[in-house]
Amino acid sequence: MITGTPKPIEEILEMIEPYDNIIVAGCFGCVTVCRVGGDKEVQVLASTLKLAREASGKKLEIKEVCLERQCDPEFLEPMRPYIEDYQAVLSIACGAGIQFMAEKFMKTPLLPGINTGFLGVTERQGEWAERCQGCGDCVLHLTGGICPVTRCAKSIFHGPCGGSVDGICEVAKDVKCGWQLIIDRLKALDQMENYGKLKPYKGWDASRDGGPRRIIREDMI
Amino acid sequence: MVIGCLEGDCHYVNGNIRARSRVKRVYNILEQIKIGPDRIRMYNLSAGEGAKFAAFTNEFVDQIENLGPSPINVARKNAASESVQEVQAT
Repeated sequence: MITGTPKPIEEILEMIEPYDNIIVAGCFGCVTVCRVGGDKEVQVLASTLKLAREASGKKLEIKEVCLERQCDPEFLEPMRPYIEDYQAVLSIACGAGIQFMAEKFMKTPLLPGINTGFLGVTERQGEWAERCQGCGDCVLHLTGGICPVTRCAKSIFHGPCGGSVDGICEVAKDVKCGWQLIIDRLKALDQMENYGKLKPYKGWDASRDGGPRRIIREDMI
Repeated sequence: MVIGCLEGDCHYVNGNIRARSRVKRVYNILEQIKIGPDRIRMYNLSAGEGAKFAAFTNEFVDQIENLGPSPINVARKNAASESVQEVQAT
């Protein structure tokens, strides 16, 4: 899922300072699962902002909505009849959702209520960790299902670097060496021969190097 | 004022520990919006500690009284008196 973290309330209050009536828009997709932008978070954030503004003597009217997804056009359209009744939208969806809403509603300012993080997993309740950088050229079949691009701090492709000590990466004591994880898993799978099959170099043309990416599925158009 | 079971003695196993985390979050929110984090507090008590419950309640009431009116109530009162003055002026 796409993860995120809430922006500090002070930052949000500064963003909404010029406005008297706004929409706080959540999303039932990824940000609901990682507890940062769902229906409940919309309610908590709206109440927090209303209280803060009321205490400062400047009232704020808020419409609370939570869309099925902010990254699909059909779920944005129902906002069209009323969106211009409000001065701005504070979205707590991911950066993709916020941008898509901005594209659809040109006359309404869009404000981000969260900082979008990474593609990750729920390791336990309340803890998420990065697993994929969307490099566009997956090699997980050769690396024991562990991604060298994401799990290695340097995204290197040819085994651990000199900063790997006792399975721990040099960047932080709580970061495991991605390549140690890969080798341990290849050994457990009895697939160490895959270690030698890695590409001599990785092309990054499928990643971000070509600018914003696009997928076109002719069979679905 | 939020009261949970004694730690390690919750019917919902770790429900009271989770509640403590939630209360801490509300505490942080109230602090961030400058309403005063000391307006919320969590205590842990068993059902048989009536005297302690009374003591905690008195302690919390004293704390709230010392803090004075909440900024929200002050703002609402000011807004109400301003609107009364406007009505009288017209």
